[in-house]
Amino acid sequence: MDALFSQLFAGLSLGSVLLLAALGLALTFGQMGVINMAHGEFIMAGAYTAFVLQAFIPDAGVSLLVALPVGFVVGGLLGLLLEVTLISRMYRRPLDTLLVTFGVALVLQQLARDVFGAPNVDVRAPAWLSGAVPFLGMNLPKTRLFILGLAIACVVVLSLVLKLTSLGRRIRATVQNRDLAETSGVSTRATDRLTFFVGSGIAGIAGVALTLLGSIGPTLGTNYIVDAFLVVVVGGIGQLKGAVIAAFSLGLLQATFEYSTTASLAKVLLFVVIVAFLQVRPQGLVSVRTRSLA
Amino acid sequence: MTTHTLPLRTTRKRALALSAAALAAALTLSACGGARTAEGTAGTASASGGASCVDTSGDSIKIGFLNSLSGTMAISEQTVRDSLDLAAEEINAAGGVLGKQLQIVAEDGASEPTVFAEKAEKLISSDCVAAVFGGWTSSSRKAMLPVFESKNSLLFYPVQYEGLEASPNIFYTGATTNQQIIPGMDYLAEQGKKKVFLVGSDYVFPRTANKIINAYAEANDIEIVGEEYAPLGHTDFATIVNKLKSSGADAVFNTLNGDSNVAFFKEYKNVGMTADTVPVVSVSIAEEEVGGIGVDNVVGQLTAWNYYQTVESPENETFVAAFKEKYGENRPTSDPMEAAYTSLYLWKGMVEKAGSFDVAAIQEAADGVSFDAPEGTVTVNGDNHHIAKTAYIGEIGPDGLIYSIWESDGPIEPDPFLEGYDWAEGLS
Repeated sequence: MDALFSQLFAGLSLGSVLLLAALGLALTFGQMGVINMAHGEFIMAGAYTAFVLQAFIPDAGVSLLVALPVGFVVGGLLGLLLEVTLISRMYRRPLDTLLVTFGVALVLQQLARDVFGAPNVDVRAPAWLSGAVPFLGMNLPKTRLFILGLAIACVVVLSLVLKLTSLGRRIRATVQNRDLAETSGVSTRATDRLTFFVGSGIAGIAGVALTLLGSIGPTLGTNYIVDAFLVVVVGGIGQLKGAVIAAFSLGLLQATFEYSTTASLAKVLLFVVIVAFLQVRPQGLVSVRTRSLA
Repeated sequence: MTTHTLPLRTTRKRALALSAAALAAALTLSACGGARTAEGTAGTASASGGASCVDTSGDSIKIGFLNSLSGTMAISEQTVRDSLDLAAEEINAAGGVLGKQLQIVAEDGASEPTVFAEKAEKLISSDCVAAVFGGWTSSSRKAMLPVFESKNSLLFYPVQYEGLEASPNIFYTGATTNQQIIPGMDYLAEQGKKKVFLVGSDYVFPRTANKIINAYAEANDIEIVGEEYAPLGHTDFATIVNKLKSSGADAVFNTLNGDSNVAFFKEYKNVGMTADTVPVVSVSIAEEEVGGIGVDNVVGQLTAWNYYQTVESPENETFVAAFKEKYGENRPTSDPMEAAYTSLYLWKGMVEKAGSFDVAAIQEAADGVSFDAPEGTVTVNGDNHHIAKTAYIGEIGPDGLIYSIWESDGPIEPDPFLEGYDWAEGLS
């Protein structure tokens, strides 16, 4: 029973990590249709932001909290730069975008290697996040609770922004019908840039959060990029809701498979399930239903 | 500027195509590390046969350094290259080998076994080097082995590995299993540990090591309460640590590689386990890795190696001081670096004993050649080309260095096929 609840929590926690890594992608890939292979490197940039800030702010707790917004801005600015210089020139050329952003990913990795050195670096976890919270006989690691909370907060804020603000309305309008949005006076160009900024910024936040769990090195992003795309594809293009459901389902499935078999086999089983699922529902869990205008 | 005129009906179809393309690309990306086919080694048996082209007439002699300076292994192999350079510099300053200055031909193995094989071939056949020093992963060594055997040249391999190999053309200056894995288990048994949990990365070294540990445990009344493998690059250890926690283990033997160690130890600490109650013995964490994992996460944990920066000997003091002077105060020295440094001196000893750079003469002279290495005195075993070395169990200190808390009674004779252990029968 204990093990069951522990695994349930492990699955939710894994889901929240997947969600954080994929949320930004759900915006840039899901909403805008840009295949950004450098998304993982924005995560990496966020992680290194936490590392750099720690050198300036001795208190690990304060520096983590400062790193979250700073990581957002760093990731966002990198994304904005990429959008303005490269991606904006190749909308409607998805395969070119894929190759170009893959190249950018390699450049960013090498840049990190040159600036910070090839070995991994360490970000100290604050004292108030060490240890675990006893709950129903289980011990829930505080770092994982923190990440779960952070992921939920990001989703809530993002969906509120999309729903209530004028920026959100412009984003949704552009996604649903770019031409009509433009004729209605929405600057789709500016909207694209902002969307990309926000999406990449969330990757930065994810990077900061991941410093609590794993290694911080130049290839941090490549560890998560596949899973992030999986979440968005399974969740369905164009809806945040899909990404949320997909992230937690995949997390729970992975944890269950891993507990009953082995880590390697669990990955295989997960892919089998995803392939089978996409056979039945190629559009993903949740798809946008709009009336076609053309 | 670009205009965006995607009619809506095609948007969804496009989106699906997009997702398929993205997924395919992402998967390829993750797979391309290991998916290259093994070309290049087979076709390399050249017409030159075994005839050596090594030029010994001048006042210098060429040797080859072959390490990965790019790709995933560059992190580790660069440090080996650094200590090889240091050894060569020292030997040259002291008058060279048989009066000849060493001339280094340096190559990059690029973390690809096939590149290692190609570059080894080039070093032997076109650069005509007297010996090659390098390699790290077992796959790189296995790829180079046929090249060195068919060309009848010499490779000095400086990293601990899974044993079960002995080539007349390779000298193994890192530990084999009975000099690292078995002493690690001896230590746990001595501490009265009865329930050991095995965790490792999913590839050849951990699986071989764990096979040996299972046989050892059976013969020594230790229960293996779990055996888990994580794919290389695995980032989430919640489940594995859950299994570890509920297994009731009183010790962990860790053969994880690289980044996975960070995630594993953070998780281990998160669920409240400590080195006092469930110590982890690691065989892939050396001084350089400790910083990246975070000292806080591994302080008090154990490692099994044959050298630490803190080993107390005059030879080690000199080595550490020389290394820090050349490469900077903050650079630690570690086991593979020391083994590489030692390998160059052992080759020098063999050449001087043989009085020649000839491969056959060196193979003949190798047995019994010894060197007062930073780790202690090491001696070459002429039969299996490994070296006798002392095993140290170390504890990671709060300063990030590793301190020996247990050592074997003198150097352990290498036994790559574990022939001297009754319980290991049938393993090889």
